[in-house]
Amino acid sequence: MKGRLPPLATLGPFIALLLACGFFATQNERFLTGGNLSLVLQQVMVVGVIAIGQTLIILTAGIDLSCGMVMALGGIVMTKFATELGLPPLLAVLCGIGVTTLFGLVNGLLVTRIKLPPFIVTLGTLNIAFAITQLYSNSQTVTDVPEAMTMLGNTFALGGTTNVAYGVVLMLALYGLAWFALRETASGRHVYAVGNSPEATRLTGIPTQRVLLGVYVLAGVFYGIASLLSVARTGVGDPNAGQTENLDAITAVVLGGTSLFGGRGVILGSLVGALIVGVFRNGLTLMGVSSIYQVLVTGVLVILAVATDQLSRKGAR
Amino acid sequence: MAADTATGTQAPLVMEARGLVKRYGQVVALDGADFELRAGEILAVIGDNGAGKSSLIKALSGATIPDEGEIKLDGKTIHFKSPIDARRAGIETVYQDLAVAPAMSIAENLFLGRELRRPGFLGSVLRMLDKKKMLEESITRMNELKVGIRSMTQAVETLSGGQRQCVAVGRAAAFAQHVVIMDEPTAALGVKEGNMVLELIRRVRDKGLPVILISHNMPHVFEIADRIHIARLGKRAAVVNPKKISMSDTVAVMTGAKRVDELPADCLA
Amino acid sequence: MRLKTLPILSSIAAAALFAAGTASVHAADQPIIGLITKTETNPFFVKMKEGANEAAKAKGAKLLSGAGKADGDNAGQVTAMENMIAAGAKTILITPSDSKAIVPAIKKARDKGVLVIALDSPTDPTEGTDALFATDNYQAGVLIGQYAKVATAGKPVKIVTLDLFPGHPVGAQRHNGFLKGFGLAAPDAKSNELGKAAEVVCMADSYGDQAKAQTAMENCLQKSPEVTLVYTINEPAAAGAYKALKSAGKEKGVTIVSVDGGCQGIKDVGAGIIAATSQQYPLKMAAMGVEAGIEYAKTGKKPSGYTDTGVTLIAAKPVAGVDSKDVKTGTDLCWGKK
Repeated sequence: MKGRLPPLATLGPFIALLLACGFFATQNERFLTGGNLSLVLQQVMVVGVIAIGQTLIILTAGIDLSCGMVMALGGIVMTKFATELGLPPLLAVLCGIGVTTLFGLVNGLLVTRIKLPPFIVTLGTLNIAFAITQLYSNSQTVTDVPEAMTMLGNTFALGGTTNVAYGVVLMLALYGLAWFALRETASGRHVYAVGNSPEATRLTGIPTQRVLLGVYVLAGVFYGIASLLSVARTGVGDPNAGQTENLDAITAVVLGGTSLFGGRGVILGSLVGALIVGVFRNGLTLMGVSSIYQVLVTGVLVILAVATDQLSRKGAR
Repeated sequence: MAADTATGTQAPLVMEARGLVKRYGQVVALDGADFELRAGEILAVIGDNGAGKSSLIKALSGATIPDEGEIKLDGKTIHFKSPIDARRAGIETVYQDLAVAPAMSIAENLFLGRELRRPGFLGSVLRMLDKKKMLEESITRMNELKVGIRSMTQAVETLSGGQRQCVAVGRAAAFAQHVVIMDEPTAALGVKEGNMVLELIRRVRDKGLPVILISHNMPHVFEIADRIHIARLGKRAAVVNPKKISMSDTVAVMTGAKRVDELPADCLA
Repeated sequence: MRLKTLPILSSIAAAALFAAGTASVHAADQPIIGLITKTETNPFFVKMKEGANEAAKAKGAKLLSGAGKADGDNAGQVTAMENMIAAGAKTILITPSDSKAIVPAIKKARDKGVLVIALDSPTDPTEGTDALFATDNYQAGVLIGQYAKVATAGKPVKIVTLDLFPGHPVGAQRHNGFLKGFGLAAPDAKSNELGKAAEVVCMADSYGDQAKAQTAMENCLQKSPEVTLVYTINEPAAAGAYKALKSAGKEKGVTIVSVDGGCQGIKDVGAGIIAATSQQYPLKMAAMGVEAGIEYAKTGKKPSGYTDTGVTLIAAKPVAGVDSKDVKTGTDLCWGKK
C-alpha cells in the first residue's frame, strides 16, 4: 500500500473539485471565504448523508431510486408526530428514522428473498413512499416544528465569519464512520466482495443475502438521519422535499468514482461528488449565471466521471 | 512420497465412498459409485461427459447431497449439507471459475470469509481487521508453495490466468486440513502457465495434503497423477496406475471401447 | 397459490369495474367536467380541485380529475384529457404545464366539440383554448412592486429576485410585473424573458421550492450581502428566503414580497415574515370553470376571452398610495389549510 498512487478514479473527483474551486475563486473573491465554504457544506449535507446509504447499495451493484422520497416521508412522519401527536421530539425523530429503516428493510427483502432487481424494486417503493407522504401530509407543509428538532441546523462559530452547522459535523462524522467500517472491518470488505463477485463470495461461505439485506436496512437508517437534517435545515416538514435529492444522491456517488457495477469505490468520493454539485451551484450563482448551466455542467461531469472510471480500469488490465 | 501402489503397504484411506446414488429426475447421475482417496497422493478423476464425475465431486465437496450411499472422512461417516460443511471438515475446493473477487487484493482474497481480526479491544469491539498479519501470512503461505507473485497487495484482476489459478490453489492449500479438490485447474491455460500450476499441485501434495484432480487434459493427468479414477456410467470403472497403463488404453476404458478385465493386472492400482 | 388467486382477483376487479360502470351510467344525465392540473401535489392545485369538487356537487355535475406527474409533464396531461373525453367529459378545465405543447391535443378536443378552458395560466397562443380564467400574474407582480417601492423608499435599494425557472410564462410575468410596479424598465406582460435592472443584484432560480429557495438566497447573500428587498415567486420560496436571511442575521433589514395568498403565506404576512403578497383565487377559477361547463352542457353557450379571477394585495402594514387589504381579509379568502 505504501508508495502506490491511488487510481485515477479515486483521485479524479478530488482533482475536479479542486479545479472547480480554483475557477470560482478567480471569478468572485467571496467564493473562497470560510463563510461561503461552510455554507456550501450546509447546502450539501442532506444529499451527502443520503449518498452514504446510496454508496453502500451501489457498492453491491444495486441501486436505490427511492432514497429521496423515503427521506421526505421520514421528515413528514417526524414533524407530524411531534406537532400533531405531541410526541417528544426525540421519540418523533426515532419514529421517522424507524419508518425510513422499514422502507430499507422492504427494499432489502424484495431484493434478497424475492430476488427482484433493485432498480425495479426501488422504482416501486419510490412511488409508494411518495404517495404515502402526500396522503399523510395532505400535501401541506408541516410548520411550527419544535426547536429541538431543528438543532442540527444551528451553527457555531469557527472564527471570523465561518459558521459551521452541527448537521455538517454530523455528516462528516458519519462519513468517517462509514469509511472506517468499509475499510477496516470484515463486514465492510464483504460489501465490496458481494458487489465485485457475488458467486465467489457465496462460495467462500460469506452469507451474501444477509450482507445485501444489511446494506439496504442500513441505507434506510441513513435516509432517516438525512430527513432530520432536512427538517433542521429548512425548519419545516416539506412533503415535496427529496424529489431532486433522488438523482442528486446517485449523481454524487457516480461523480465520486464509485462504479455502478459494484465492488469498486471509495465512500469519501461520494462526499466529494456532493460537494462538486454544491460548489457549482454556489459558484454559478455568485457569477450571476443561470441555474440551467449548473444542470448542464452536472450532466457533463457525470459522463466524464463514468468514462474516466472505465478508461482507468481498462488501462490497469 | 507417492503412494505405494503396486504391492506392500498402502497409505491409509483419507476419504472413502461406497454405493453413492444420485438421481436428477429420470436421469441417474451416480449409480452406486465407489471412491477411495489415500494419504499423500494425487488422484485424478476422469470420465466422459455424463459419466458421473462432476456429480461424484459435488457429493464429496458438499455441493450436492447423495440420495443413497455413504461417505467417510478419516474413517468417520460424514453428511455434508453444504459446501461450508465440507470446508469446516477440512476439505477445500478450487472451483473451475476460481471464486475470487477480481477487484480485491490477493491477500484479501486469500482470507475472504475467514478474515483475521486485531487482538484485544480493536478486534473484538471495533472489529478491526489485522491487515498486516493477513498480508504476512499470505506471503508466507505463497512462499511455502513457491508461488512467484511479487506483491500480495495487487488486485487479482491484474494477474495472468495462471497466476490467478495459483492464488486459488494456494488459498485452498493454505486452509485445507484433509483434502484439496481441484476442478479443471489447467483448463484455459497456456503450456508454460499450465506447467506452473502442475508444479504447484505437486508441492501441495508434498506438504502432506492429498489432492483430488478433475481434468480432461490427458497429458497433464498422466504427468501428475499417482492414480487415476475412471468414472463411467455413474460408477467407478477402474482405478489405474499411470506409470503402467498407456494413455490410449485409459481413454478406451473411459469410453467403453475396452473392458476393465481386458487390461493387464499391473495396470490397476 | 399464484395460479389460483389470479382468476379470483380478476373476477373481483371485473365486478368492481362493472359496478362502477353502471353507477356512471345512472349519472349520465349529469354534465361531466374534467379538471387537469399540473401536478397532484402543489397545494394550489389541491385547493383548485377541492373547489371544483364542491362546485360540481353543489350544482349537479360530475367531476373527473387528473394531472401530470410533475411540473412540465405535458404527456401526462394529454393522456388525462384523452381519457376524460373518452369517459364522456364535454368540458375540460386545464392548467397547462407546457403552454405550447398542449395546444394540438386541445385542438383535437375542441374539434370534437369539447369546451376547453385554461385555468391559472394561458396556452401559447392564448386562443388555443375557448377561454381563460386566470390571475393576471403580471398585475400580481405590479401590485407587490408598487408596495415595495413605497415600503423601501428613502434608502438605496438592492433587489434579489428568487424566480421559478427560465422560460416559464408565469415566472416571467410576475417577475416583470414586479419590476414595472417598482418603477423600473421591464418587459411587457407577453414576454417570457426575465427582465434585468441595475438595482437587481442577484437573480436565482428557486423552482418554487422552499429548500431550493433557501439555498438560492444563501448564495445570493454571499454575492451581495447588502440586499434590502427580496421578490419571491411564491410563498414557499419566501419562507425559504426568510430562513436564509434569519440564519445570516439579516431578517430585520430586508423586505420580502411574494405572490399566492395561500393560508400559510397569509400567516407569514401576519408574522412579519412576508411584507406583502398578491393573493390569487384558485377556488374561484375552479368554480367559474365548473359553472361554465354546466352552462355549456345545458345551453351550448361557450365562454370566451380572458376573465380575470382577481388579485388582491394583502399587507400587514399598509403604505401610502397603494391600496391593500389587511391580514384578516386575506385569511378569510385564503386557500389551503386555515
